[in-house]
Amino acid sequence: MSESSEHDDTAVLSARGLVKTFGRVIGLDGVDLDLQRGEVLAVIGDNGAGKSTLIKTLTGALVPDAGEIRMDGHPVSFKRPQDAREAGIETVYQTLAVAPALDIASNLYLAREERRPGPLGSVLRMLDKKGMRERAQKSVSDLGISTVQNMAVAVESLSGGQRQAVAVARAAAFGGKVVVLDEPTAALGVKESAQVLRLVESLRERGLGVILISHNMPHVWQVADRIHVQRLGRCAGVISPESHSMTDGVAIMTGALSLDA
Amino acid sequence: MTVTTEGSPATNGAPAGRAATELAERRRRPLQRVQHLLHAHPAVSPAIILVITCVVFTMLNPRFSEPGTVSLMVQQTAVVAALAVGQTLIILTAGIDLSVGAAAILAMMVMASYGSEHGLPGGAALLLGLVVAIVAGALNGALVTRLKLPPFIVTLGTLSVFTAITLIYTGGQSIQQIAMPDLLSWTGDTHAIGDFRVTNGVLLCVLLYLVVGFALSQTAWGRHVYAVGDDPEAARLAGIRTTRVLFSVYVVAGVVYGIAAWILIGRAGAASPNAIGDANLESITAVVIGGTSLFGGRGGVVGTLLGALIVQAFALGLSLAGVDDQYRLLAVGILVVAAVSVDQWIRKVRA
Ligand SMILES: Nc1ncnc2c1ncn2[C@@H]1O[C@H](COP(=O)(O)OP(=O)(O)O)[C@@H](O)[C@H]1O
Ligand SMILES: [Mg+2]
Repeated sequence: MSESSEHDDTAVLSARGLVKTFGRVIGLDGVDLDLQRGEVLAVIGDNGAGKSTLIKTLTGALVPDAGEIRMDGHPVSFKRPQDAREAGIETVYQTLAVAPALDIASNLYLAREERRPGPLGSVLRMLDKKGMRERAQKSVSDLGISTVQNMAVAVESLSGGQRQAVAVARAAAFGGKVVVLDEPTAALGVKESAQVLRLVESLRERGLGVILISHNMPHVWQVADRIHVQRLGRCAGVISPESHSMTDGVAIMTGALSLDA
Repeated sequence: MTVTTEGSPATNGAPAGRAATELAERRRRPLQRVQHLLHAHPAVSPAIILVITCVVFTMLNPRFSEPGTVSLMVQQTAVVAALAVGQTLIILTAGIDLSVGAAAILAMMVMASYGSEHGLPGGAALLLGLVVAIVAGALNGALVTRLKLPPFIVTLGTLSVFTAITLIYTGGQSIQQIAMPDLLSWTGDTHAIGDFRVTNGVLLCVLLYLVVGFALSQTAWGRHVYAVGDDPEAARLAGIRTTRVLFSVYVVAGVVYGIAAWILIGRAGAASPNAIGDANLESITAVVIGGTSLFGGRGGVVGTLLGALIVQAFALGLSLAGVDDQYRLLAVGILVVAAVSVDQWIRKVRA
């Protein structure tokens, strides 16, 4: 696993040899990853294994020190989250990245606001608040997310689970090619987690590539097509729910089992 | 895809959801309701304070609410109120600008000297002063965004720099209005509106509030200013070009200071390098009393306008009531501390 192979050009997102250090701390130590269209790739690993760092370098939140990223076979280099977003990658970061004082609709449309038609929009640059609110309402209910109802409510007044639902709804509603979810069910109850998993499956049915980071092994084994096991900043192997049991997965994660052996 | 609602009482369609919210609303104690109201509308508390202030001072001395007094109060507020628009923008991004007054005075002296001694036409002198103010704002913005220095330190430095440049440039000399083109003192011309007298400077200040208020509440730029002030990292991850937004705020503040400089010429009837020495503190006072949070992301220009009026109302009201000016300082000081305490309390709604 250590030496980087050729890029998989059929993959919607493909990374080779990603390295990211924070001073003396090594976050990523040469990681490869391939994500196909219509595939759910889970990423599992212990705390500090580099899961969040991995997806941050893939989505422009961090610029890798070394390594190459390709989308649909073309090299890309994301300097900021906006770049990845414009390339069709939507991300739910572990910290959610919502603006607490703004309402749900404003958060869904944050950095992609829509203006009013006519001169009010083109000359005065006036926002189409009503339209965005209506469309936000529609996407949230189309996505089957029932924990958030009133789009005019400020995000800071929501529970942790509801905030997570807002962040997931934003990514799912706007994801063009790839949706990345960093522990999207951590603050959710059983029912809401099930909704998010159904959402992940529907994104796969729409032909999107999904990267799902989760600590919940039953969830991972339920929805993932393949599982990238991250350990100590490196990829300890890529397995699948068919090839390995949950116990094996955890053993690889903790180093008790080695795939190379 | 339909909404899945099985098994949860809270999600049985919208009416039940609303009923649940109403129930939660009713369960709140009165004090909590006040807290939530102030949280949603930060301009409510300064509005109440301004009304009470005006009622009390009118009872102490009925001359307080005569048109002549009100006109004077509004005219005296205009300069600080205009500067406070820029201050509000910067404080919304969790910054602070100690160089407001110094930047405005530098711009004013450039306008006045080019309009008089150097003989430029009024329009050109005005434009030159505006450019100086914009450059001053952009310098602050560049130091904050590129060198990642804290705004407090940056503007503490530029406060001295701008003041020094002004003094070196002018040699400490004032320029009288008679020497300047009419356009520069146009802001001091008055109109009668009923029994009230309003200067062009006051109208310009109102226009400034309308434009910036509109930009903050109705445009994407305004949303981004709030988002960046609230949580810059979250805003960045959400796809906002945070450095660009932050820099633009300092540049817009520069434009505002330039316009305030023009208003100041009309108000003072002269351009003096020693004018408005406390403008930085007075503008911060107006913003804070107006309910804008020093932690960023919450507040707006409506509150600031009310805050600036409150400070002036105290000054005029106390002098009309025959009270020593030291008590004005005392009263304003207490208001500032009270406003910040209220803000701290309101922010606990989040938790
Ligand atoms: N911004 C940062 N600064 C310093 N160290 C960091 C930073 N982000 C992550 N790290 C370090 O990198 C390693 C991987 O972290 P992370 O990717 O968050 O792990 P995971 O998401 O798998 O729990 C950890 O040792 C963490 O402390
Ligand atoms: Mg993580």
